Amino acid sequence: MSRITHNNSNLSQLNHALIWSGFRQLIPVSIFVSIFGAAFGLAAAEEGLGHLTATMMSLLVFAGYAQFAALDLWGANMPLFTLMATVFAINARHLLMGATLYPWLRSLSPAKRYGIMMVASDANWAMSIQAFSRGKPGLGLLFGGGLALWFFWVIGTMVGLYFGSAIRDPKIYGLDMVMGCFLLSMVFEGERNLRMLVIWTVAAGVSLMAYKWLPENSHVIAGALAGGIAGIIMRVKNEY
Amino acid sequence: MNIDMLGMGPLIIIVAMALVTLVTRWGGVYVMSFVPFNNRIKAFIQGMSGSVLVAILAPVALTGDRGAQMALLTTAIVMLVFKRPLIAITFGIVVSALVRYF
Repeated sequence: MSRITHNNSNLSQLNHALIWSGFRQLIPVSIFVSIFGAAFGLAAAEEGLGHLTATMMSLLVFAGYAQFAALDLWGANMPLFTLMATVFAINARHLLMGATLYPWLRSLSPAKRYGIMMVASDANWAMSIQAFSRGKPGLGLLFGGGLALWFFWVIGTMVGLYFGSAIRDPKIYGLDMVMGCFLLSMVFEGERNLRMLVIWTVAAGVSLMAYKWLPENSHVIAGALAGGIAGIIMRVKNEY
Repeated sequence: MNIDMLGMGPLIIIVAMALVTLVTRWGGVYVMSFVPFNNRIKAFIQGMSGSVLVAILAPVALTGDRGAQMALLTTAIVMLVFKRPLIAITFGIVVSALVRYF
């Protein structure tokens, strides 16, 4: 998907204008994310979490699927290591996202590099990788867009805690598919050729096999690593 | 180890979740800073970046309900025809709501 150029120092630029532009570009998706935040707030209230606890979780953790998984385990006695393992497995895709962004992050100071990554999540990562693949600066989308997603996620959580019943079932409005449709549209925005098609087929096949036979939540890692390996093999074939 | 959810319990849980999540957000970048950056690694990263999306979506497309499947199909078709993400997403959501309604 991303075409990595040799001279990418100008693609790594990050200033207030780019951050603000990234913030605005992610607002449409963030509004949908806030609806999920509201669904989380409602579910948290029903599970017996206090308002402060649920808001703090959205503020500090900022990872939707993992937070919903924590609600499943919530009770009078929390199994700490089971919870940590679950959160790690669900969020392990961030490891891959960080790795794919490294070519453009490496010219930054460590403080900036890791500061930006604090708000990395699916939507802003996909947008920034997309921008890089078209030769445009993407870190404003990553950081500014991440701030937008974070802000709307927390606001949504608070709305759900106070007025949750309005969005009791976001599924009937198709709202659970927002992120899926968004990510799919990003697939089509990327580089499309036979080589990528083969790589994606490998990734999809391995993901499905892992979904079926490997432990829960391992399919994203398995599929993405397989796609990466396919990328190496296909490259070798192209060169010789 | 179980955490008693009275008093400081919820805070300990949240901080633990936040730290684990932060490790995932930082870990990939950190590990890459030790990896020699050559053509092979570039090809790996390039192959992986699209594959993350595909790997997230494949089980949804195969095991999701009819509403989910039609949402993804609609998004794909609209993207191929119009190449406009926001339009494609909107159509996908509307179709999934309609499929689930009827």
